[in-house]
Amino acid sequence: MAAPMQRWVGRGRHWTFARVDGGSCHRREAPTGSTSNRIRGRSSVAQQPLYTTQKPRKGEHKWAAVVGLEIHAQISSNSKLFSGSQVRFSAPPNSLVSFFDASLPGTLPVLNRRCVEAAVMTGLALNCHINKKSLFDRKHYFYADLPAGYQITQQRLPIAVNGSLTYGVCAGKKQSQVIPKTVRIKQIQLEQDSGKSLHDDLRSQTLIDLNRAGVGLLEVVLEPDLSCGEEAATAVRELQLILQALGTSQANMAEGQLRVDANISVHHPGEPLGVRTEVKNLNSIRFLAKAIDYEIQRQINELENGGEILNETRSFHYQLGCTMSMRDKEGKQDYRFMPEPNLPPLVLYDATSLPAGADPQQVINIDQIRETLPELPSVTRERLVQQYGMLLEHSFTLLNEVGLLEFFQNVIKETRAEPKKVTSWVLNTFLGYLKQQNLAVSESPVTPSALAELLDLLDSRTISSAAAKQVFEELWKREGKTPGQIVSEKQLELMEDRGALEQLCHSMMEAHPQVVMDLKKGNPRVINKLIGLVRKATQNRADPAMIKEILEKKLSS
Amino acid sequence: MWSRLVWLGLRAPLGGRQGFTSKADPQGSGRITAQVIEHLERLALVDFGSCEAVARLEKAIAFADQLRAVDTDGVEPMESVLEDRCLYLRSDNVVEGNCADELLQNSHRVVEEYFVAPPGNISLPKLDEQEPFPHS
Repeated sequence: MAAPMQRWVGRGRHWTFARVDGGSCHRREAPTGSTSNRIRGRSSVAQQPLYTTQKPRKGEHKWAAVVGLEIHAQISSNSKLFSGSQVRFSAPPNSLVSFFDASLPGTLPVLNRRCVEAAVMTGLALNCHINKKSLFDRKHYFYADLPAGYQITQQRLPIAVNGSLTYGVCAGKKQSQVIPKTVRIKQIQLEQDSGKSLHDDLRSQTLIDLNRAGVGLLEVVLEPDLSCGEEAATAVRELQLILQALGTSQANMAEGQLRVDANISVHHPGEPLGVRTEVKNLNSIRFLAKAIDYEIQRQINELENGGEILNETRSFHYQLGCTMSMRDKEGKQDYRFMPEPNLPPLVLYDATSLPAGADPQQVINIDQIRETLPELPSVTRERLVQQYGMLLEHSFTLLNEVGLLEFFQNVIKETRAEPKKVTSWVLNTFLGYLKQQNLAVSESPVTPSALAELLDLLDSRTISSAAAKQVFEELWKREGKTPGQIVSEKQLELMEDRGALEQLCHSMMEAHPQVVMDLKKGNPRVINKLIGLVRKATQNRADPAMIKEILEKKLSS
Repeated sequence: MWSRLVWLGLRAPLGGRQGFTSKADPQGSGRITAQVIEHLERLALVDFGSCEAVARLEKAIAFADQLRAVDTDGVEPMESVLEDRCLYLRSDNVVEGNCADELLQNSHRVVEEYFVAPPGNISLPKLDEQEPFPHS
């Protein structure tokens, strides 16, 4: 594949779970035999979602799309895969480059232990078979940011094969059901990253920065089990969460630590697969979904109009929301794979095969790595559901929003309120405010302690829930006041004096005899009007439930 | 047909069995078509400028073909001559880099600590075309 030419555009927001604009294959037609709420553990190989064309014609066929992803994740390590130069996102050009990275003659690759461990951890987390022996190869192509003229990769025998990635897709009427789906993983391999090209079209030249050349990458190849943009985006998001939980990659798409290429084709179900195109330059999860859906529709339209699909590489242009051909007049690339002559096979051990008296620095024990795997997102979600009694969908939201889980757990730690109350306030009120103002959790004006204090006030019935919402709004203004201060300043405490409340109810009933009559006639709903009036009179300081109770008592007497 | 076999021979991955059962060809070296030459030139950026170069290539292939005289049925191919060695694992410490000035001295053109390269790949002209155009 020709080296990607990418300019990093802006810092995309993390795409939150479940909302994709337009073309969602799961909204158009819900999978038949729809599974019930909250499926756990059972992954369903759901019926392949189908697309209908825009203008139905007679004899119209349904189309099915096939999407395969190649994901490159930059390994989180101090130094590069085969050399001791530093891995860092921004640094002066060519300052993190060793003689080997610049491919000067006489240099040799030396494998970084941390990168191998990262690959094994990732393979284990994705249920792969770890190959105890894997091999390195050279993949040859010419490009200015690949100084050696070849990339060291693992084409013949990669380090991990045959795994699976389970992700949850939102479906159902309110997008609130979570359906687990699985995509098979063909293989995971270690390979080198290339340098960066900056194109200066004005002066007809390209500027090359080799800081990134030689950084370790994990290439995760997914089988073409995906069928639309939403599935692809959700699967990639789940992979991101897994890599971040493992610590093997920071997987930040905006910083280029996670890159995705998509192979897309369409066909009629039952017929052979169609010609596929490759789509590149996808640097956020949202664009990934958009690009895939656009390309699927483009191919359908092309074929419906009697055209044909070329096996080509296309680039996604996010401003225009479309894919365009990167005209490749060279024809199909021949990479002339050959074994890397400077590296022996990579041999991994497990508890049974570990050679006695071996230098621990020089051997990698798969079983030991398996034991030290951290908690994976799916397990975390299960734990949240069990521990706090929340819905599975809620656990997805908590994990999908950066920093939200930590925020939630800090509130839980400091408050006496019930976990369900905390869940509701964090996912509805708190998250709602964040989304409205497009803020990240880290930018929130409300701290976990503040929310915890507020929930304590609510829990102890010091204030009503309506008052609590008011306090929250005040807290959001970032004036530095605590909930307690706001409550006393605005006099939002619940009225303790039942007698005074009864008086108020009485006078309200006297002031609105018509309403009382309606009630007595048998229209029970009208009581809400009275409750509202009393509430207003108390400036929201009375518990509506208590008001209702008093009124009903008075009416029945 | 023979040149096609030669082509297949070039393309087969090392370490894998060739797939055809013929042992050493009694005819000696075969002819390589112009198409193959052009493809090789494009891939490896070598210049087979003359008939003599092509003839030398054919002789080299014939020389290597002598390997086929050996019966390798049922024998596991080697991966490389290093396959019995231990692959050394380096610990993840930063010990190199910070030599931009030295590296940039190797470059013909430099702009503010960047290497300068022509835009994209300049593809070789086809036999029938004369003008090179930049690769996207």
